[in-house]
Amino acid sequence: MTVPAIELKGISKAFGPVQANKDISISVAPGTIHGIIGENGAGKSTLMSILYGFYKADKGEIWINGSKTDIPDSQAAIASGIGMVFQHFKLVENFSVLENIVLGAEDGGLLAPSLAKARKELKELEEEYELFVDPDKRIDEIGVGMQQRVEILKALYRKAEILILDEPTGVLTPAEADQLFRILDRLRSEGKTIIVITHKLREIMENTDTVSVMRRGEMTATVKTAETNPQELAELMVGRKVLLQVDKVPAQPGKPVLEIEKLSVTDSAGVERVKGIDLTVRAGEIVGIAGVAGNGQSELLEVLGGMRPGQGSIRLNGEPLPLHGPGSDGQARRAQHIAHVPEDRQREGLIMDFYAWENVAFGYHRDPAYKRGLFMDNAALRADTEAKIEKFDVRPPNGWLTAKSFSGGNQQKIVVAREIERNPDLLLVGQPTRGVDIGAIEFIHKQIVALRDQGKAILLVSVELEEIFSLSDRIAVMFDGHIMGERLPAETDEKELGLLMAGVAGEAA
Amino acid sequence: MEKMPKWADVVLIPIISLLLATILSAIVILAIGENPVEAVNLMVTGALGSTYGWGYTLYYATNFIFTGLAVAVAFHARLFNIGGEGQAMLGGLGVAIVCLSVPWPHWTIALLAACAASMIFGAAWAAIPAYLQAKRGSHIVITTIMFNFIAAAFLNYMLVNVMRPQGSQDPATARFPEAVHLPTFQSMFSSAENIVFRGAPANISFFVAILACIVVWALIWRTRLGYEIRAYGHSETGAVYAGISPVRITIIAMLISGALAGMMAINNVMGEAERLVLNSTEGAGFIGIAVALMGRSHPFGVFLAAILFGFLYQGGAELALWTSIPRELIVVIQALVILFTGALDNMVRMPLEKIFLSFRKGAE
Amino acid sequence: MEFFVTLIQVLDSTVRLATPLLLACLAGLYSERAGIFDIGLEGKMLMAAFFSAAIAAVTGSVWLGLLAGIGASLVLSALHGLASITFRGNQLISGVAINFLASGMTVLIAQSWFQQGGRTPSLFGGGRFEPINFPFAEALEGVPFIGPIYSELLSGHSILVYVAFLFVPLTWWILFRTRFGLRLRAVGENPAAVDTAGVSVVGLRFAAVAICGILCGIAGAYLATALQAGFVKEMTAGRGFIALAALIFAKWRPWHAMWACLLFGLLQAIALRFQNIDLGGVVIPVQVMDALPYILTVVILAGFVGKAIPPRAGGEPYVKER
Repeated sequence: MTVPAIELKGISKAFGPVQANKDISISVAPGTIHGIIGENGAGKSTLMSILYGFYKADKGEIWINGSKTDIPDSQAAIASGIGMVFQHFKLVENFSVLENIVLGAEDGGLLAPSLAKARKELKELEEEYELFVDPDKRIDEIGVGMQQRVEILKALYRKAEILILDEPTGVLTPAEADQLFRILDRLRSEGKTIIVITHKLREIMENTDTVSVMRRGEMTATVKTAETNPQELAELMVGRKVLLQVDKVPAQPGKPVLEIEKLSVTDSAGVERVKGIDLTVRAGEIVGIAGVAGNGQSELLEVLGGMRPGQGSIRLNGEPLPLHGPGSDGQARRAQHIAHVPEDRQREGLIMDFYAWENVAFGYHRDPAYKRGLFMDNAALRADTEAKIEKFDVRPPNGWLTAKSFSGGNQQKIVVAREIERNPDLLLVGQPTRGVDIGAIEFIHKQIVALRDQGKAILLVSVELEEIFSLSDRIAVMFDGHIMGERLPAETDEKELGLLMAGVAGEAA
Repeated sequence: MEKMPKWADVVLIPIISLLLATILSAIVILAIGENPVEAVNLMVTGALGSTYGWGYTLYYATNFIFTGLAVAVAFHARLFNIGGEGQAMLGGLGVAIVCLSVPWPHWTIALLAACAASMIFGAAWAAIPAYLQAKRGSHIVITTIMFNFIAAAFLNYMLVNVMRPQGSQDPATARFPEAVHLPTFQSMFSSAENIVFRGAPANISFFVAILACIVVWALIWRTRLGYEIRAYGHSETGAVYAGISPVRITIIAMLISGALAGMMAINNVMGEAERLVLNSTEGAGFIGIAVALMGRSHPFGVFLAAILFGFLYQGGAELALWTSIPRELIVVIQALVILFTGALDNMVRMPLEKIFLSFRKGAE
Repeated sequence: MEFFVTLIQVLDSTVRLATPLLLACLAGLYSERAGIFDIGLEGKMLMAAFFSAAIAAVTGSVWLGLLAGIGASLVLSALHGLASITFRGNQLISGVAINFLASGMTVLIAQSWFQQGGRTPSLFGGGRFEPINFPFAEALEGVPFIGPIYSELLSGHSILVYVAFLFVPLTWWILFRTRFGLRLRAVGENPAAVDTAGVSVVGLRFAAVAICGILCGIAGAYLATALQAGFVKEMTAGRGFIALAALIFAKWRPWHAMWACLLFGLLQAIALRFQNIDLGGVVIPVQVMDALPYILTVVILAGFVGKAIPPRAGGEPYVKER
């Protein structure tokens, strides 16, 4: 038996009252790719951040190559040969690639010799691992795929023998993801040890040697990848049998509710995010938008929800909607019977420091039903909140708690209750189950389908292909601001959608 | 999950911060060779021991209520309005123009007009920084600081070159006519045999300030605009989602803030000096920051904190009169209060949260 | 010729008046480039001005005074660091507190120490920085044009003036040519990048705040022991804020900072010499000159003349995610 490259023994970590990691032990053999899989919020990133010295464990030991190692900060982790590529890259955007790689690993006080040396070494690394980047480009001039390479190069430049990657494919197209795993494969063949955090079963099955499963801060199992299967891993992840399919009757699409023509969106930095798309959503159907994060889906939803201006034309029930200027904000959209469950409930859908009952009015606070004379009718609002809490089974059932005191699933239930109970003509839904526990996922999915069955139009955006498949009556795929194609769920599969998501268009796909 | 109960956040933390500021102030007094206990005694008798003392304490408090509310309203929209001083100066200009240019028949009408003028002038002075923040992203803290200096230069120009009566060397306006003099506490509460608040500047503006507290409370916690201001203050992206315009809220919150700061002028210019002089604000705009921080941006808290600072100001003046401790002691105390309740908030908060957390764990 | 003499005199006075601005501006540059906003420059200068004058008066040594001034300014810097780095407090509020603290403490201590109404005794002899005369300054004075420029404008300032202007290229070099500069700029843009690269964010930021303290200390000492002869109440008179304005004006770049400070120094020099300026019938009141640095800064901030974009992480305490 070889000495494990990494051994964690009994790691525990709490953030205030939240126990993120509970007594976790794990062992990874050198020269292997080890996957850590679990739902959002299972504690995967926390565990790896502890290994990288970004957080400090409350309890537990870290052993590197058979010797007990204290990792109080990232410097110690680097010294122990650990490198980490975070989910959100840690790059200085207005520095060049070279400066980013050198930062923190300079030789001596003057910059010029450090940069010259790094340039030379970078060339060698590039050739060794086929990791090509232009060292003189600024980070904000290169794409996310390139930025990820810079992060990997940063680790290799620091002589990392152990490389941790946190959700590395979240922002990549399937093709870019494949390329990444080829690079990782090559690193493994050079004897490096790699840990990949992901919540995607497919990546685990295809690329790892061993896999650990985490659930609610605990390690539920560590197995050899060859000896397991996706169903088993999924059960270990969520703790019980998963119903991947939502029970629903076939859709009965009616008249068009939302008609989008040549819609373009340019963000505040002047980058065109949505590039002239056409899309129709009919009454009584759920149209799902699939795509890798960052391909314009968010911006599409935001324009429809009145959060940012756009160009082109949108009609709701035949009536044109303004896309900029007066009458195009969120208040106007609500008045036009468009409800919106936003992608990020913590930053958008809720005010985390407001009470639940205040949040139930959020966006509808100008509704005359909540008004009495000059003031808001808080009593009416609280009564309304109680009804919604009861109907949507929000726990704990207490309107006098601030939004941040609820779990992710219950926060989302508050948002969904608020929006669905408005009985809108069109419901916009972004990432409805991100960071939501499995029980709440089922509940929320059922509510969305129920609204459809009442003959309402629903536009769903999700980066979870599984969710798109199980909810949508029609699927549109977005890539680089374009809609690459529309498919019926029964007539397509993940492989075809994957190609569309990568920008490979055409009937042949 | 809440880390600690709300009362601890609202009551305990300010009290501990105040205690720390007090202890340090006592050390400062000791260090300059005076007796802190004696100093406190002197301050209490001087500021609270007579109706005269109270008359000064409440006069100062009135200023601080207005400027404290001004800072507090802006805080709710997560805007740091450091320009209360300049806005109050401009408010004074508005009051002076109104009082000098119209022959008012009675002080009641004049007070209403002066309120309006001070609010408009104060709001106008806040409007440019507000617009620049909302539309151009210029940092409001820097622009309001700059506007304080610009206001000082502008007021200086107006008093020296424009509004100074002929023949006068003093950079000040003429005295306001008798008809616009506001009733002082002395005239309001004294009877023939018992004269109280003799010679003290506290006047009817104090009650206007209390009214302002109530109005601001209702505005922030009971109206839709207040809801929007608070929502925007907590989360800008959230506000955009809900269709609350950041531009609109930024500008409205700053206009209200500027108007409140400007209103201070009905107390110090119309109620006390009865003419506009240079430096009439005496730093009250800045004390508003300490008052708002200490009062946790709640009008009732602002009221209490303003009374406390009124006491400090009057007590400090008495100290300077009877001991060798200069008035600047108050500035030091004010700095310490801002430091502990504002910048070092976490120093007090973090250990407290730990204590409450361990209590909770023990209870479970 | 008379115009030329006046011009030289005004420029000479510009250099003197720009010096404290420049020192404070560069101080702010280090701090803000590292992501720590500092509106407490004024307070630090004031504290330094008092302690340098006090110690110089007591010991008779201006050098000891300078050290004391730097020390006092560093204490306030440490406080700012404690509040905004260690306890992740609001940097602006901390700056406001420091300004008041300095404003109150200087008078309080001055009164209990010297009993002269918040002043220090006047400094003379070794208690002040004397002008340094360049070689042949007197001999060359008579040479037309070059003479006055050399002997009036360039020669005859105190050592601190030359130090301040030497700090401009030095700062540029540190910022853009050294490891420390790279890390300093990085920590102001994205502290998480610095942290995960194994460099201490707290250490870097404290270093930046300390440099800020030293430079503010020199600026304050210059005010009390070179520009004037002793400390008087509130003697900084808003210079810390003008320096802040210059920093924004210069968009956080060293060479531009020098030009901005010279411009603002020139405005002060003109206001000091001419009071109201008569431009062929149109009289520009002195108050306009007083307000001009602030007005210009607002115009720059408004982005009508090139946008001033501060370091991206500026003003935000560094909290690891969660």
